Amino acid sequence: MTYLAKPKLHHPSLARNQAGYIRRDYEGKISTLCAGCGHDSISASLIQACWELDIQPHRVAKLSGIGCSSKTPDYFLGNSHGFNSVHGRMPSVLTGANLANRDLLYLGISGDGDSASIGIGQFIHCIRRGVNMVYIVENNGVYGLTKGQFSATATKGSKSKRGVLNPDEPVDLVGMALLLRATFVARAFSGDKKQLVPLIKAAIQHPGPSFIDVISPCVAFNNHEGSTKSYDYVRQHNAAVNRLDFIEDREEITADYAPGDVISIAQHDGSLLRLRKVAHDYDPTDRIRAMNYVQEHAAAGEIVTGLLYVSPEAADLHQYIKTVDTPLNQLGTRDLCPGSAALEKINATLR
Amino acid sequence: MKQITAINDFVVKFANVNGSGSASANELFARSILRMGVPVSPRNIFPSNIQGLPTWYEVRVNEKGYQGRRGGVDLMVAMNPQTWDNDLKEIESGGYLFYDNSKPLPPSKFRSDVTPIGMPLTEICSTTYSDPRQRQLFKNIIYVGALSALLELDPQEIEKLFSEQYKGKEALLQSNVKALHLGRDYALKNLPCPLGIRLQRANNVGDRIFTDGNSAAALGAVYGGASVCAWYPITPSSSLAEAFMAYCKKLRVDADSGKNKYAIIQGEDELASIGIAIGAGWNGARSFTATSGPGISLMSEFIGLAYFAEIPVVLIDVQRGGPSTGMPTRTQQSDLLACAYASHGDTKHVLLFPEDPTECFELTAQAFDLAERLQTPVFVMTDLDIGMNTRLCRPFAWDDSKEYDRGKVMTYERLEAGADFGRYLDVDGDGIPFRTYPGTHPTKGGYFTRGTTKNRYAQYSEAGPDYVDNMQRLMRKFETAKSLVPRPLLYPAEKPARFGAIFYGSTSPAMQEALDTLAEKGIHVNALRVRGFPFADELNDFVRSHPWVFVIEQNRDAQLKTLLVNDGKINPSRLISLLHYDGTPITARFIVDQISQHAGARTVVPLKIAS
Repeated sequence: MTYLAKPKLHHPSLARNQAGYIRRDYEGKISTLCAGCGHDSISASLIQACWELDIQPHRVAKLSGIGCSSKTPDYFLGNSHGFNSVHGRMPSVLTGANLANRDLLYLGISGDGDSASIGIGQFIHCIRRGVNMVYIVENNGVYGLTKGQFSATATKGSKSKRGVLNPDEPVDLVGMALLLRATFVARAFSGDKKQLVPLIKAAIQHPGPSFIDVISPCVAFNNHEGSTKSYDYVRQHNAAVNRLDFIEDREEITADYAPGDVISIAQHDGSLLRLRKVAHDYDPTDRIRAMNYVQEHAAAGEIVTGLLYVSPEAADLHQYIKTVDTPLNQLGTRDLCPGSAALEKINATLR
Repeated sequence: MKQITAINDFVVKFANVNGSGSASANELFARSILRMGVPVSPRNIFPSNIQGLPTWYEVRVNEKGYQGRRGGVDLMVAMNPQTWDNDLKEIESGGYLFYDNSKPLPPSKFRSDVTPIGMPLTEICSTTYSDPRQRQLFKNIIYVGALSALLELDPQEIEKLFSEQYKGKEALLQSNVKALHLGRDYALKNLPCPLGIRLQRANNVGDRIFTDGNSAAALGAVYGGASVCAWYPITPSSSLAEAFMAYCKKLRVDADSGKNKYAIIQGEDELASIGIAIGAGWNGARSFTATSGPGISLMSEFIGLAYFAEIPVVLIDVQRGGPSTGMPTRTQQSDLLACAYASHGDTKHVLLFPEDPTECFELTAQAFDLAERLQTPVFVMTDLDIGMNTRLCRPFAWDDSKEYDRGKVMTYERLEAGADFGRYLDVDGDGIPFRTYPGTHPTKGGYFTRGTTKNRYAQYSEAGPDYVDNMQRLMRKFETAKSLVPRPLLYPAEKPARFGAIFYGSTSPAMQEALDTLAEKGIHVNALRVRGFPFADELNDFVRSHPWVFVIEQNRDAQLKTLLVNDGKINPSRLISLLHYDGTPITARFIVDQISQHAGARTVVPLKIAS
C-alpha cells in the first residue's frame, strides 16, 4: 500500500466524459492492499470502464462480502454508496438492494473465499434468480487476510507458499455460472487490462446477471513457483477465446478486422457486442458448447479467458416477478397503503 | 353418574388423523357457533407431518368470551383409533364421548363416568358413497351434522357457511348439505339429543373478526408499507409469508400497468432471506422476513450487522418450542433472549409483543415505522398459538390520515444546502443519525456501510474513542426507543391489590380469565401487559408498588424476567416466575392454581386469640 495521497488539484486539460466527469472522479480511497496486488488492477479497470461508459458515479451501488477483494469497493467510485456486508453474503444483500431500487447499477465484488467457500450457496442462488448485476470474483486461490490458507478455487496439487500441496479439487466458478444460466459469463486476468476493461463495460451494459471470474494473483501469498494463480503461470497458460471491442449502438463499426474474424451480438437493449475471434471455433452464444470448450481446455491445463457466454435474450429478476417500473423505495404511503375502506371489506370477510 | 350440563360454556375436542380433510369440517363447526353469536376459540394441535399422524382440534365455547385454552374436554369426538386411550383419559368426569361404532369395541375401551354416543359413521358412508375419498371427506361433514343435533347448533348457519364457501359450485354445495342432513337426521332419530352441554343463540360476538395471527401480521405488513419480503419456509411462520403474497396480489397490484408494487423472494435459506431484507432496507424500501426460532439462530450474524450498520429491517418471529428443532408444531415464548441480544458483541434489539391477531396487524404495521425511525432491526414476537389459530378479536382499523414515518433521511436538497452529513453523527441527542439512500446526490451523501467499526463520518476507524463514542450513541438510541415502543397496559384489580402480575403475548386471554377467577376467589391482582422492549419506566414503578409480582411466561428459563432484571433494572427479589412450557398454550386454570398457591403461602392469617 502507499501512504502518498494523490494531489487533489486536477489539471484543467484532463478529459471529461459525456457525463462531465474526469477519470479521477471515479476513484476512491487509497488502496490498503499490497503493492502489486491484482485486485488493485481490477479496481483500476472498473474505474476506467465506468468513466468510459459515462456512468454517473453516484448511480452505482458497490456491494461486497469479507476479505481482501471485499475491501476494494472503498478504493474506487468514492461517491457511490458502498456496502461491505458479511462473509459470503454479498449476493443476498445485493439482491435486496436491487429489489428496492431497480434504477441503480449494482456491482458485486467478491473473492474466491467469499464466493466459492462460505458464500457458494448465495453465489448460486443469486445467479439462478437472474439478478441484474455485475458480479466480479477477484480470484487468487488463497485467503490473503488470514495469511495464505488455500481457498476452494486453488487447483488440486498446487503448492502453498509454505510448500504444502492442496489436496482438494477446485471449485470452477465459471463452470457453475454457465450451468446456472448466468446470461453473461467471462473470465479475465487482472494483469491484462485491455481484455478486462471491455469485458467490464459489456457486463455493465448487459441487462441481466453478469459474472466475471478475474484471476487476480496474490503477490504476498500465491505468486510463487508451484502456484497456478501466479502472474507467470496465468500468462503462460492463458488461452483467450476472443477479444471484446464493446461497441455501443451509436458508434459505427470500423473495419479493422478481416471478415469472418468478428462476431457481432445484438443485445436485448439494442446495443451491439463486437468480438474479435481468437479461437476460431468458439461461439460465445452457444452455452453448451462453451461449457464443453472450457472443460476440455481446463483438462489440458489451459485457462480459457474472454467472453465465454452471452445470451442475447437476457432478462432480469424484476421482469420475472413483474415489479412496477418505479423503484420500490420511491413508493410512498399512498402507493403502498390500501386504506381503511379496503380494510373494512377485509373485516367483512372475516366474520 | 352426573353428566356435565352447560349452556354456551364447554370444550369439544376432535381427535383426527392428519390429511383426512377433517380440518375444514372442524373449522366449519367453530364458525357456525360464532354465527350463533357465541364466542369460540379453536386451537389446532398438529404434528410435524403431512399425512397419517394424529391431529386434534380443540374448540372452546365460552359465552363470556374467554379465549384462552381452558384445559380438559367435555365432549371428545374420537375419530382416531390410534389415540383413543389417551383421548378417553382427557375427558372430564361426566363428559361425553362421540365415536364411530361401526365396529364393536370392548367395554374396556370406555369409562363408566363418561357417556358414550356411538354412531356408525363408516357404515353410513360406505352405504351412501362409492368413492373412497368421498367416504372420507363426507364422514367429517356427517359428524358435524350429528353434532348440530346433539349440541343444538343451528343447521341453517352451517348451510349459510356452505353457500358462502361454495358460491357458484352448486354440485359441491348440494352434496355438502346432503351429508350434513344425513348426519343430523340420524342423530335426531337415534341419539340422545340434545346433550347436557348445548348451544343457545347469544349476542356476544359483535363486530369482532375471526382470523389468525399470521394472516393478520401479513396484512399489517401490507398496511405498514412493506414492499420487499424475503423468507424461507419454516413452521409455524410459513403461512405468514404466504398470506403476504395473497394480500399483495389483492391489494398491491398497480391497476394501470398490472405490475406489482412489491417483491417477494423465497430465499434459499434464512441467511439469504435476512440478507435480502437488509439489502432492501439499506436501499430505502420497507422490508421484512418472517421466521421462527431456528431461523433467528441462523440470521444472527446478519442481525448484528443491521444493528451495527444501523439498517432498518423487520423480523417477525412466530415462536415455537425450542431449543434446536424442538417442538416445531407446539407453542412457546422462548426466543426472547435470543432476539433481544441476537448476534455476537454488545447488541440490543427492539421487541414487540402482540397479544392476538389484531395486535399482530397493528404492531407489525408499527414495526416498519419504528425500524425506519430507529434505523435498526425490530422484532415482532408472536407465537404459534396466536399465529396459526383463528381467534375472535377486534376488527382491524386504519387511520387514513396517517403517513409513514420514514425516519431521518437526508435529502438531495438538504445536502445541496450544505447540511453536515455524518452517517453516524448524532445531531440532536436522540442517538439517531441521518442516512442517505444510495444514488441521492452526485458528490455529497455517499458513504461506505460496513460491519466494522467506524467514526461519525462512516470512515473505518479502530480508534478506541471512536468505537466507544459509537457504542454509546447506540445506547442513547436504545434509550430513545423506550419512548417509541408501545407502552405496557395496566389491568387494575377492582379492589386494592397486594399482588402484581406481568404477562405478555399469547398469555393474554388465559390471563384475563385468570384475573376474573382469582377476583371471584378474593385474590386481587393488578396486572400489567408488556408490549415492547426496551421497557418503559412505568414497569419499574409497577413492580415497586407491589410486594410481590408474578411474571407469567411460556418458557422454562423466565426469559422476560431475565430481561426485566438485566435491562429494566428491576429488583428480582420481588418477582415470582410462573412458567408454563410444555408446548401447549397456557391455561387460566394453570395461572389461577399457581397464583392461589403463592397467594395462600404469602397471606398472613391473624391468629385467633382467646379473649
